[in-house]
Amino acid sequence: MSPPLLGIEGHSQCNVSLMASSASADCISQNVSGLKERNYFGLSDCSSVDSSAVSSVADENKKNLNLKATELRLGLPGSQSPDRDSEFALLSSGKLDEKQLFPLVPSKDGICLLSQKTVVSGNKRGFSDTVDGFSEPKSSIFSDGNWMFNAAGSESVQPKLAGNAGINVMLTNRSSGAQPSIKVEVPAKEPQEANDKMNGSNTNSVPASKAQVVGWPPIRSFRKNTLATTSKNNDEVDGKPGPGALFVKVSMDGAPYLRKVDLRTYSTYKELSSALEKMFSCFTLGQCGPQGAPVREVMSETKLRDLLHGSEYVLTYEDKDGDWMLVGDVPWEMFIGTCKRLKIMKGSDAIGLAPRAVEKSKNRN
Amino acid sequence: MCLFQCMMNYFPEEVLDHVFDFLSSHRDRNAVSLVCKSWYSVERFSREKVFIGNCYAVNPERVLARFPRIRSLTLKGKPHFADFNLVPHDWGGHVYPWIEAMAKNGINLEELRLKRMVVSDESLELLAKSFPNFKSLVLVSCEGFTTDGLAAIASNCRYLRELDLQENDVDDRKGQWLSCFPESCTSLVSLNFACLKGEVNMAALERLVARCRNLRSLRLNHAVPLDSLQKILVQAPQLTDLGTGSYVHEPDSETYIKLKNAIQKCTSIRSLSGFLDVHVQCLPAIYPICTNLTSLNLSYAPGIYSNELMKLISHCMKIERLWILDTIGDTGLGVVASTCKELQELRVFPSDLYGVGNAAVTEEGLVAISAGCPKLNSILYFCQQMTNAALITVAKNCPNFIRFRLCTLNPTIPDAVTNLPLDEGFGAIVKSCKGLKRLSVSGLLTDQVFLYIGMYAEHLEMLSIAFAGDSDKGMLYVLNGCKKLKKLEIRDSPFGNVALLADIGKYETMRSLWMSSCEVTYGACKSLAEKMPRLNVEIINEGDQIEASPDARQRVEKMYLYRTLVGPRRDAPDYVWTL
Repeated sequence: MSPPLLGIEGHSQCNVSLMASSASADCISQNVSGLKERNYFGLSDCSSVDSSAVSSVADENKKNLNLKATELRLGLPGSQSPDRDSEFALLSSGKLDEKQLFPLVPSKDGICLLSQKTVVSGNKRGFSDTVDGFSEPKSSIFSDGNWMFNAAGSESVQPKLAGNAGINVMLTNRSSGAQPSIKVEVPAKEPQEANDKMNGSNTNSVPASKAQVVGWPPIRSFRKNTLATTSKNNDEVDGKPGPGALFVKVSMDGAPYLRKVDLRTYSTYKELSSALEKMFSCFTLGQCGPQGAPVREVMSETKLRDLLHGSEYVLTYEDKDGDWMLVGDVPWEMFIGTCKRLKIMKGSDAIGLAPRAVEKSKNRN
Repeated sequence: MCLFQCMMNYFPEEVLDHVFDFLSSHRDRNAVSLVCKSWYSVERFSREKVFIGNCYAVNPERVLARFPRIRSLTLKGKPHFADFNLVPHDWGGHVYPWIEAMAKNGINLEELRLKRMVVSDESLELLAKSFPNFKSLVLVSCEGFTTDGLAAIASNCRYLRELDLQENDVDDRKGQWLSCFPESCTSLVSLNFACLKGEVNMAALERLVARCRNLRSLRLNHAVPLDSLQKILVQAPQLTDLGTGSYVHEPDSETYIKLKNAIQKCTSIRSLSGFLDVHVQCLPAIYPICTNLTSLNLSYAPGIYSNELMKLISHCMKIERLWILDTIGDTGLGVVASTCKELQELRVFPSDLYGVGNAAVTEEGLVAISAGCPKLNSILYFCQQMTNAALITVAKNCPNFIRFRLCTLNPTIPDAVTNLPLDEGFGAIVKSCKGLKRLSVSGLLTDQVFLYIGMYAEHLEMLSIAFAGDSDKGMLYVLNGCKKLKKLEIRDSPFGNVALLADIGKYETMRSLWMSSCEVTYGACKSLAEKMPRLNVEIINEGDQIEASPDARQRVEKMYLYRTLVGPRRDAPDYVWTL
């Protein structure tokens, strides 16, 4: 239907076809590995950790390579080995300039790029893969917009999610097109049931300020303006939390960043507790190795629950008076009326709280 | 065939005229007028409703010359992306010249429907005074007028049946425009002023409603308090479409009880909207009418959060059209899926526009809806994330989509599970939905998705692309493959001159093409404009990005081209260059 177009803006298909393990249809998608840097925003490119040319090819090849890695075959002379090497080199280089990865001003807004759901990437893509991908110019998107990912401090989370082809995945294989077979053959990484529903509350509580991309998400200004004014009004009704959302910050000792939850989406302490467990489970799942691969296996949900309910962590909140209280003492409605922020403390730190809480509610009553 | 033609020639024109009366669709009429000269002639004298999809494709004089008996005019002005602030404020789309021309020519205008146009108070005044039989004014996403203009309409249009203002940007002068409806006005059938921000005189409103016994559709703005709503409903139990004002009151007050009773008598209400301000404890009052609703718009009701929404929706078994916020969540969409078996159109808007929170829907909600609602044919879905698998499932479940618009809040997010681009998912949609006419894609997308679109989307008329594709090929697949394409709008995608210039004749078969933040250069646009005199190629040059004598290789930030019969428009502001 369309005339074959070769060499548009220098895209060469040659070197890619070698890597293509699938049928011709994929060639079209493959060729884009020779992507040129394009800067659609006119924004300064985020500094690439690696040169884009190498990385994009490496990217493209990565998926293929991993498939090949598990196959018994003769590599085409001279074609794959260097790539293989380069891939492994990247993996082990630990050249994770994380700071560079997150050069962006942290976003207050929410849509976390890290899909924190179970992500079966099907690739042994290490952290470095995402680093490569990041050199793609489109990454500059992420200096703007609502969808900034958890910038600062994601380091500790990062490795765990690396198996998810965590950050910036969208940047890596835009060229990957149709390679479903690869996914099937390579064993999936961490099941991460614990993280399953985390995505539901994919908030990025790191405060933002970024120039948002004009016109995204594509909503009529009338709608935007109307809703903006209403939410302001709702929050001010009678000085009580209005019928709208009631967001409070949630911090956890030792976690690199905070989260926010909307207390109105829960109606019992149990719901809140399980939601928080899911949200913060990634922080409690233990240390990760230097390369970003988790040292331990993923914990089961029950183990996690035990962690939170057991002696290790306690859920506390700061009330209107500025006092830190133990969550669970007062009726739910009263709680959401007075809660200003939440904190998941280590049990040891929370010892002094319980008596005070009882006292307070006595005073109230 | 020969015999047929002879027979047709013997038909007196009156007969043809009568036959054509049955043609209401402008497309049918356009087709009919192409058959032969005599049909063209009969048709043009019999056409009363004229639809003009791009006000600059033609001018008032030509329209009136061809359709002298015009009674209803529909005009669309700015390109669609103007909705998202991509088009500068004073780009154009003025309705005044049209009203002026019709007034001068003694047209018996009865209906005017405008979308994305600039409407001045002056235009409204001229409109109100020039057409004694004027009956219906519908303004959608327009701007440029104030309540003074509305006052002119109210005062002068003696037989006004419909005043429908949807999502306009109106300067509310806090005057008494509504009070300008004379006591003699009893003809109103539809009154929608939900988008106005100021107050109206309650007594005047109540009296107006009381005397307009044919009133069927009433949408109030949020300045109308609940007790007025109650009084109004008592006067107008025949309403079929209601938009509430401020829905806030003490639930155990007498007013609320009266409201409950009044609502129960409104057994004809089929469409409900409003609730910009709401006390959820007052919602139970509307449960009785929920069972009969076919259309429900809660997309401006951020105060109704998930639990309440679900409760409400569980009463709405006959809903065909549902607009909500994503606060409903995937669970809530599950409730919709199991309750609303008649659902045809669903729109899920984002509630969290500044990215603070977490309320959003994912692919799960969409899949649930597709599984539960077999009649679904139109969707607009803003979501946190999407997967190919989900889209493939949706495509299987719902092959009847006519409109499929998906918007991932992160514009280049990949498949949430596999991290692959969403090419396959959208590919499945276009392959399965053979009647697809409108498509918006988002998420991480390569040229592959456009190959699919070109191959399978045979009936596609409008395509919106943002942050997608890898090379000119993507755009070429679409231009080559989608034979019925009418509107193509692209932003922030790597399509350049090769794609733009490959098939320039194609643009005359389309209404318009918008490309912003792409790779097209000034030189290519100029070359295109030179070769195609019946296209207006406009460059929107804000901030003087391009100097007076620009370099041909300079990238153009915003280009809008459209076919036209009347050459470059004369009302373009300085920064719009028609090449």
